[in-house]
Amino acid sequence: MAVLLQQLINGFFIGSVYGLFAVGYTLVFGVLDILNLAHAAIFTLGGLTALWLTTAAGLSIWIAFPLAALFSGTLGLVLDRVAFAPLRRRADSNLSGLISSIAMAIIFESVALGIFGARTVRFPEGIFLNRVWRFESVIVTSLQVEIVLTALGLMLALTAFVRYTRTGKAIRAVAESERTARLLGINVDGVIALTFFVSSALGGVAGILYGLYFDALAPDMGRSIELKGLAVIILGGMGSIPGAILGGIAFGLSEVLTVALTGTSNLCDAVSFTVLFVILIVRPSGLLGRGRVREA
Amino acid sequence: MESLSQFYAVYGSLINFIGINAILALSLYVTLSAGQLSLGNAAFAGIGAYASGILTMRFNMPYPVSIAAGAGLSAITALVIGMPVLRMRGIFLAMATLAFGEVVRIAAVNMDITGGAQGLVGIPNKTTTYIIYGVLAATTYFLSILRGSKIGWSLASIREDETAAMVMGINTSYYKTLAFVLGAFIAGIAGAIYAHLNFIVTPGEFGFYAAVQLLIYNIVGGRQSVYGPILGAFILTALPEVLRGAGVTAGSLRLGVNGLILLLVILYLPNGLIFIFNRKVGGNAGRSGGEVQSEV
Repeated sequence: MAVLLQQLINGFFIGSVYGLFAVGYTLVFGVLDILNLAHAAIFTLGGLTALWLTTAAGLSIWIAFPLAALFSGTLGLVLDRVAFAPLRRRADSNLSGLISSIAMAIIFESVALGIFGARTVRFPEGIFLNRVWRFESVIVTSLQVEIVLTALGLMLALTAFVRYTRTGKAIRAVAESERTARLLGINVDGVIALTFFVSSALGGVAGILYGLYFDALAPDMGRSIELKGLAVIILGGMGSIPGAILGGIAFGLSEVLTVALTGTSNLCDAVSFTVLFVILIVRPSGLLGRGRVREA
Repeated sequence: MESLSQFYAVYGSLINFIGINAILALSLYVTLSAGQLSLGNAAFAGIGAYASGILTMRFNMPYPVSIAAGAGLSAITALVIGMPVLRMRGIFLAMATLAFGEVVRIAAVNMDITGGAQGLVGIPNKTTTYIIYGVLAATTYFLSILRGSKIGWSLASIREDETAAMVMGINTSYYKTLAFVLGAFIAGIAGAIYAHLNFIVTPGEFGFYAAVQLLIYNIVGGRQSVYGPILGAFILTALPEVLRGAGVTAGSLRLGVNGLILLLVILYLPNGLIFIFNRKVGGNAGRSGGEVQSEV
């Protein structure tokens, strides 16, 4: 029982990182109907930048963290300018946007490889205090608590931002119809750029948290989370922010539970993707998605 | 003759891989010609590779029988999953086929008969360069015939506007399934001859990135003409060698050039590199190059 509880807690922690990663994914998809496959590369670069700032530049993690998030957001702006804005008026902007995001992902990954090399690196020891709390036989570390608080806090802030602020309303208007939003006097290009900034900053933060949690960073670490992120946003319903949060946590829990129940780690991805496949067939709009299936 | 055989001795395996990648690219071309974005073709190649390898090694089947059985199994799998999956469109279809591909990859990792994560080792080397290019020529010929046939025009009409095609009395689900199964069949052949060339097949070779690579071949070369995917496969498979010859040795830089080419093509040559040739030669430029960009 204690083992199961421990597994559930671990699943919840890693699930909140998946959720944070997926929220950025789903935000761009909701606004532009484009799958941004470079999101995973920004996740990687965010983590590696934070690492570089703490080691080479010698900053404290508390300063490096927001700086790396800002840098990731700026990468998002670059991504929008270079890869998406020129394609926006094309009839097949969904497919060509997907392709150019793949191109940018390859370029970002090659930059990461060129600067950081192919080896796995880790944050220096003792950059933050990591307390270990025991409740009966269940172990929780302060790092885990910080990660989950950061992730959940950011996700709630984003939800509130999109729901209640004026800019958030503009984002939702553009998501509904770019044309109508433009007619209403909304600065559509500005809103899209902002969306990319926010989405990429969150992706970068997810990368830092992921690197802290697993204590390992590598230029190809985005690959492992890319497909999980896709699975999460489909599970939660593409374009839905609460869906991505819940989907991420559900995904993290299903992963650890599969490991706990079958005793091997080999099958956890198989279960996730089978569930994903079935959901796509039975209910393509996802658990919390909009009623109709968008014909992307 | 001396220099030619010397050239083959140095570049023989590159020439073989160009041929196999071209066949794989053509398998996706078929599906794309019906406007369906499938990310499952690498998995179909994997099914063909494993099935034929197992038949040859365990059951001592003759080479042609193994190849045919591998391709047949791919096609049957495509038929089974195609029926529910092809109801989805665009990004959702891409996601469903992606999930299917992951399930296939994980199955290959976890089954005993496929050799697990190490892969299937010791497949006899029976594929020759002549066989590869014979298959490539036959596939190209078949697809160019298909293009001008009733089936080809039906697929094109579905790509341009599925609803309109349906209204015109075209049985869209029949033709979409046909394209999907045909693509899987070609991918299965490619996988099977690859298995008998490479001595070993591993699950990782048929994952998400292999599927994306096939898409890249089609985009860079051009998906409006049968020769486009072949050109794309040729250029991108040969590129690392060419760059090595040009003195670019850093792996990250070669990766970056790859991404840059893809980005430039999608931004400035949406019909692919083949479009340049078509324009110069004249020929069927009007038909292949001038076509309206289709929405996938």
